[in-house]
Amino acid sequence: MSSKFNIQDLSIYFRTDKVLKNVTMDIPANNILGIIGPSGSGKTTFLRALNRMNDLEPGSRSEGKVLMDGIDITSPDIDVVALRKKVGMVFAMPVPLPMSIFENVVYGVRLSGINDKTHLDELVEKSLVSSYLWNEVKDRLDMSGMRLSGGQQQRLCLARVLAMEPEIILLDEPCSGLDPISTSKIEDALTILKSHYTIILVTNNTKQAARVADNTAFFLMGELIEAGQTSHLFTHPVKTETNDYITGRFG
Amino acid sequence: MRIHPRITQRIAVTVLSAATVLTLLILIFIIGFIFEKGLPVLSLKFLTSSPEDMGKAGGIFPTLIGSVILPLLAIIIATPLGICTSVYLCEYTKETLGTKIIRFGTDCLAGIPSIIFGLFGYIFFVVTLGFGWSILSGGLTLAVMILPTIIRTSEEAIRSVPKSYREVSFSLGATRWQTVKKVILPNALPGIVTGVMLSIGRSIGETAAVIFTAGSSLRIPTSIMDSTRTMAVHFYILAREGISAENAYGTAATLVIAVLIVNLSAYWIMNRFIAKRS
Repeated sequence: MSSKFNIQDLSIYFRTDKVLKNVTMDIPANNILGIIGPSGSGKTTFLRALNRMNDLEPGSRSEGKVLMDGIDITSPDIDVVALRKKVGMVFAMPVPLPMSIFENVVYGVRLSGINDKTHLDELVEKSLVSSYLWNEVKDRLDMSGMRLSGGQQQRLCLARVLAMEPEIILLDEPCSGLDPISTSKIEDALTILKSHYTIILVTNNTKQAARVADNTAFFLMGELIEAGQTSHLFTHPVKTETNDYITGRFG
Repeated sequence: MRIHPRITQRIAVTVLSAATVLTLLILIFIIGFIFEKGLPVLSLKFLTSSPEDMGKAGGIFPTLIGSVILPLLAIIIATPLGICTSVYLCEYTKETLGTKIIRFGTDCLAGIPSIIFGLFGYIFFVVTLGFGWSILSGGLTLAVMILPTIIRTSEEAIRSVPKSYREVSFSLGATRWQTVKKVILPNALPGIVTGVMLSIGRSIGETAAVIFTAGSSLRIPTSIMDSTRTMAVHFYILAREGISAENAYGTAATLVIAVLIVNLSAYWIMNRFIAKRS
């Protein structure tokens, strides 16, 4: 199986704090990678290294390499705007922008200068169908995205990423504030989407990783403790820390 | 001895509501006083005819023009300048000693008495640049005077746009400028408009900065290089020189009504804008 990312000895610092410590791993394409670990373990920092969102934090820097299709995206020469168009992200808190549902979905596309109405209409429908939201909003696309429920908002955020037709989708605890029905809708969407996208899912919920992820990585205190096939990691963890975490002894 | 929470609650409500009522009463008293003295003088003729005999008789038409054109010029100059500065300070610079000094500087400028701006405008625009007593000198001086207010209120408005909006916009592949244009400015707009409105109010009511720079000519100005007199200056001169208390109050009432109209229309536009977006 080809890998989308080769991460080599990646460390990330916020000022003097080393929050991610020498992580080396491969992330296969067209798969879901689940990332689990207690809060403060560096999961989100790791995820945000893949679309250079850590750049927005003052005082952050990285060491090591993140190769995406063989190109080191930590290099200062990388066009981060182009990178982020390829690497979409869904945040923990659903943040619809204060504009209509339609405009939310096409926000990223319009930024690239695409304004053809019929094309945008098709794109909005396709993206909302894929994120399992279309049936709930198809008659009120002009309504503000902020008036949707939390679960609907998060699916809108997913649709917004899908509309950009990225190669990779990063999800940072996307279901942490959602009810079980919304959660299962998002999980269903992800399992279908993985045939077209490489998906990386940070989650606080180990059961969610077990349900949807093909591979799972366990982070603790900024270190990658163990990574492997989900079925294998959950049944035969190699490290005692992994075993303790997935059996709920801490975290 | 501990006072029962129910009693402290009652005291708090009494004090807070008394303060509110007192504020309201002072406001009503001032406006009522001016309207009582000024409204009888007001008529369409008063507004549309030129003053005669230094303002002892006749209307206030030229000063109406002065009061529209000067603040307008000031706002046209200061608003874009102020907004661009605040966007740059908030979005394009890191928080350093330099930006702190700039912020401290604008705070100080905002607190300087307007007569100092008048003096500066006189020395710089009127004399050094040779603009003379003119609408141009007055407008530029007012622009300099209100610039700090516009910068600071715009900055506050921009900072209050949630950080998460910026993150989302960047994560969707927006450049910084696209984020400013599509997300930050539309969301900061109500706050920015409030600052601009305050500044319009301040410049309409300004006398000291204007009298030194735009002069006090009672003729109807025909060019930007002509001297003009605003309602506030007219009121000041009528009252100070004891020319006509009657017409002074008439001018004051017009001034108050003008400020009221500006504010109400701003709120109306703002509410329509917000209603449209949500």
